[in-house]
Amino acid sequence: MTTPRGTRAALAAATAVAALTACSAVGSAEPAATGTGDGSGGTVTLVTHESFALSEGLLDGFEAESGLSVEVVQQADAGALVNQLVLTKDNPLGDLVFGIDNAFASRALDEGVVVPVDVTAPAVQDAAGYAVPGDDAGALTAVDVGDVCLNVDTAWFAAQGVPAPTTLESLLDPAYRDLLVVPDPVTSSPGLAFLLATVGAFGEDGWVDYWAGLRDNGLQVADGWSEAYYTDFTAGGGDGPRPVVLSYASSPPYTVPEGADAPTTAALLDTCFRQVEYAGVLDGAANPEGAALLLDFLLSDEVQADIPVSMYMYPVSSAVDLPAEWESWAPMADSPFEVAPADVAEHREEWLTTWSDTVIG
Amino acid sequence: MTTTLAQATDRPPAAGRAARARVGRVLPAAGWALAVAVPVLFLGVFFVQPVVEIVGRGFVDDGRLDLTGFADVLSRPRTWRVIGQTLAQATLGTLGAVVLGVPGAYLLYRCRFPGRDALRAFVTVPFVLPTVVVGVAFRSLLVDGGPLGGLGLDGTLTAIVLALVFFNYAVVVRTVGGLWERLDERTEQAARALGASGWRVLWTVTLPALGPAIAAAASLTFLFCATAFGTVLVLGGRRYGTVETEIWVQTTQFLDLRAAAVLSVVQLVVVGAALAVTGRARARTERALSLAEPGRGARPVRLREPVDAVAVGVTAVTVLGLLALPLVNLVVRSLRTPTGWGLDHYAALAVPQDTLAVSAWQAAGTSVRTAVDATVMALVVGGLVALVVSRRPRRAAGRRAVAGLDALFMLPLGVSAVTVGFGFLVSMDAPLGLDVDLRTSPVLIAVAQAVVAVPLVVRTVLPVLRAIDPRQREVAATLGAPPGRVLRSVDLAVAVRAVGLALGFAFAASLGEFGATSFLARPQDPTLPVVIFRLLGRPGAENYGTALAASVLLAALTAGIVAVCERLRRPGIGGTW
Repeated sequence: MTTPRGTRAALAAATAVAALTACSAVGSAEPAATGTGDGSGGTVTLVTHESFALSEGLLDGFEAESGLSVEVVQQADAGALVNQLVLTKDNPLGDLVFGIDNAFASRALDEGVVVPVDVTAPAVQDAAGYAVPGDDAGALTAVDVGDVCLNVDTAWFAAQGVPAPTTLESLLDPAYRDLLVVPDPVTSSPGLAFLLATVGAFGEDGWVDYWAGLRDNGLQVADGWSEAYYTDFTAGGGDGPRPVVLSYASSPPYTVPEGADAPTTAALLDTCFRQVEYAGVLDGAANPEGAALLLDFLLSDEVQADIPVSMYMYPVSSAVDLPAEWESWAPMADSPFEVAPADVAEHREEWLTTWSDTVIG
Repeated sequence: MTTTLAQATDRPPAAGRAARARVGRVLPAAGWALAVAVPVLFLGVFFVQPVVEIVGRGFVDDGRLDLTGFADVLSRPRTWRVIGQTLAQATLGTLGAVVLGVPGAYLLYRCRFPGRDALRAFVTVPFVLPTVVVGVAFRSLLVDGGPLGGLGLDGTLTAIVLALVFFNYAVVVRTVGGLWERLDERTEQAARALGASGWRVLWTVTLPALGPAIAAAASLTFLFCATAFGTVLVLGGRRYGTVETEIWVQTTQFLDLRAAAVLSVVQLVVVGAALAVTGRARARTERALSLAEPGRGARPVRLREPVDAVAVGVTAVTVLGLLALPLVNLVVRSLRTPTGWGLDHYAALAVPQDTLAVSAWQAAGTSVRTAVDATVMALVVGGLVALVVSRRPRRAAGRRAVAGLDALFMLPLGVSAVTVGFGFLVSMDAPLGLDVDLRTSPVLIAVAQAVVAVPLVVRTVLPVLRAIDPRQREVAATLGAPPGRVLRSVDLAVAVRAVGLALGFAFAASLGEFGATSFLARPQDPTLPVVIFRLLGRPGAENYGTALAASVLLAALTAGIVAVCERLRRPGIGGTW
C-alpha cells in the first residue's frame, strides 16, 4: 500500500507531538503540586491573586533560609480570590493567603477562612494600624496598602488651557463632560474601591445621585482597570480620548517621559479610597507553621521594600524607604475616604446592584 | 469469523471452535466497550462531575433540594433582558458570519487563485485568538480618536456583533467550503446547459444543496456566539451582558451560586436547543456528503462572472476590513515605542518581565507544552468518540445511544467556563475519591484545554470516518482481516489526514485558551495568554507595548500552526468544519 506524501507528513507530525510529550508538563519530572504539603514542614503553599509578584531571588532567599519550599498558587483576581477560598474552605488550596483586600476582608472573616497566628516581624506594629475593625484576634495581617484615586493627564489639560478637576464634585461640572472613564465596580476591584470612595464621600444617601450626575455628564465605564487606562485614557500609551481615569496614587511616576524629570499625569489626592491588602493563615492549612514563617517574611524589610517595585503598592512598614520617584511623584492621600469593612460586607451586593441599575441601566 | 479449519489443537475441534468464536465476539465487544468507556470516563470526571457539583450547590440548601431559585431569578427583569440580549447577539452574529462566510467559502474552496492556501490559514487565525488580544485589537481601533473612531462604534452592539463575526467567520467558511468543494458540479453544468444564469444556478441548484452545511455552520456559530464571554465584556461591558457574563458575575463576584445555577440551566436549555438543530443539520450534511464526489470543480476566478465578482468583493471587504484591520492595528501598535518606531517591545519578550520571573518566550514554551498535553488527550478522547459515533448500529436504540454520545461531547462548547472552573475547585481535590489534589496541578490546565478541544477533534475526524463506505470494511473482513487490522488499514488509513488537521486545531485552540484556565488555580509557570493578561494589568507604557508584542507572538504561533495543518489537508478529505 502506497503512503501518500500528506499521510506521511501527518504521521510525522503526530510522531513529533508524541516525542514532544516527553518534555511536556505532564511528562516532566516535576512533581505535581499537591498544594497540601506533607505536613513535615517541607512545602508551604501561598494562595494569592493575579497581581502577586516579588522581585527575582527574594523567594529563593526565603527558601534557602527557612528550608521550606514555596509553592505559589495564583487565582483569577482579588474579588474572586475570597470567593474561591470560601468555596474550598473544607479542603483549602494552600497554607497562607495573600491579597484579601478591605472590600472583601469581612467576608473572609465571617466565613472563617483564616485563623489567627503569631507574627513576630517588627512591621507587625505598623500592620496593626490597618487591622480590620472587629478582627481582635488578628486573623488578617495587613501587608501593603494603596490609594485608588482619579488620575488626570496634566499635559492634556495644559494643552487645552483648562484647569484639571481636583475633587469628586468638580467632575459634575459640564466643563468636564465626556472626560472621565472608570472601570466597572462589579468586574474590577479598583472599580469597587472607587464606588466605595463615593459612598464614603457622599454617604449612603448621596452616592447614587452623584453617580447619576456622572452618568449624565458623559461618564464612560470600562470592563477593567487595564481597559480604562490603556485604551480610554489619553496618557496610558493607547492614545485614548479621555484625560481623567481611575487608577492609583502610584501611577504618575510611570508616566515620566524619557529624558524628562516630571510625569505627565497626576493623582487627585482628594478622590482616593485606601485599599489594604491582607494575608492570613488558612483554616485547615497543612503547614500552619510554614505559613506563619512566610507571613513573617512578607512583613520583613526586604519584602516590604520590594512591594512598590513589584506590586505597585505601598509597604505597611514605616521602616523601609520608598523608591525615589515615588517620594517625589506618588505621595499617598492625607485623608482618603473610608467605609467600615462591616458596612461593605453588609451592603456590597446591594450597592453594586444599585450602581448597575443607575449607571449601566 | 470462525474459520479455524487447518489449526491443530489439543482440544476437540468443536470446543476449540466455540472458544474461538466466543473470543472473536468478545474481543471486539470489549474493544468497543473500552472505546466508549475511556471518553465517557474522561468527560464524566473532568466535565460532568465538576459541573454537576457546582450547579448542584446552587440547588441544595442545608441538605434539602431548593428550586425556589428559579422563581426568584426568572422573575428578575434583568434575567429576561440578558436572555434576550444573548439570543439577539448570537442571532445577529450568526447572520453576519453566514452572509459574509458563504461567499468566502465559495471563493476559498471552489475557486483557484494564487495565495489561496495562505488565505485559508489567515482567515482561521481569529477563531483561535484569545479574547484578551481581540479586545485590545478591536477597542483601540474603535475608540474615539482611534483609526475608526469616527464611526462611533465603540461600546455599541454593532461592535460586539462585528467581533463575533470576526471570531466565527472561519467556522462558516470551513463548514460550508468543506461541502462545497465536494459538490458534484455536473448538476450545475446541466442547469447552465439548459440556459440558466449563474445566479439562477446558485439559487436553485447550489444553495439548496449547501443548505444542510449552512444550517450546521449557523448552529455552530450560534453556539459559539451565545457563550462568548470576554468579547462581550471587553467590547460592550455589562450593558450588553449575556447569560454567560451574568453567570460569571454571579459566581466570581457575588458567590451567588443559586442564581448562577439557575442561569447555567437556562444556558443549557439554549445550548441544548442549538445542539439539537446542529445535530439535525449535520445529519443531513452527512447524507449529502455520501452522495458527492471529492471536488475537482475548483476553477480560476473569473471576475467577469457576476457570481465571482460578488464573491471576490464581499470576501475582500471582509478579509481586509474585518479580519486584517484589527490584526494589523495590533502589529502597528506593538511597533510603537516611546521614541518612535522599533522592535523594542519584541526585544522585551526575551527578558524576564521584572517580577513575572519568566520571559514571554518562556511562557510561550509553557503554552506549547501544555497545549501538547491537551492535544494528546483531546486526540485520544476525541478520536475514540469519533470512531464510536461513526458506526451505524442496526438497532434504533444503538443509533440513539450513538447520537447521544455525539451530543454529549459537544456540551463543553456550550457550558460556561466559570462553571467548569469553579466546579474543578470543588471536585478536583480528590477526583474519584483518590488522594490526589489536582486543583493546583498544571495537569488540570491541560485537561481543561483538552475538554474544550475534544469537540473540535470529533467534528474534524467524524465526517471522514462516516464517509467511509461500510463495504470497504466488510471486504477487508471477508478477506480474513481481524477487526483490529480492519480498523488500522481502513479507518485509520483514511482518517489520518483528518487527524492531522484535528491535531492542528486542538493545538491552536489550547494555545489560546484562556476562559477555563483563567478560573483555575495556577501554579508558578504562566502560559502566554496569562502573561499578556498580567502585563496589561501593570502601569507603564513599556508593559503595555510588551503585552501587544506578546499578543502578536501568540497570533503568529497560532497562525503558523494552522498554516502547517492547512498543508496537511488534501482536498476532498478532511473535516467539514
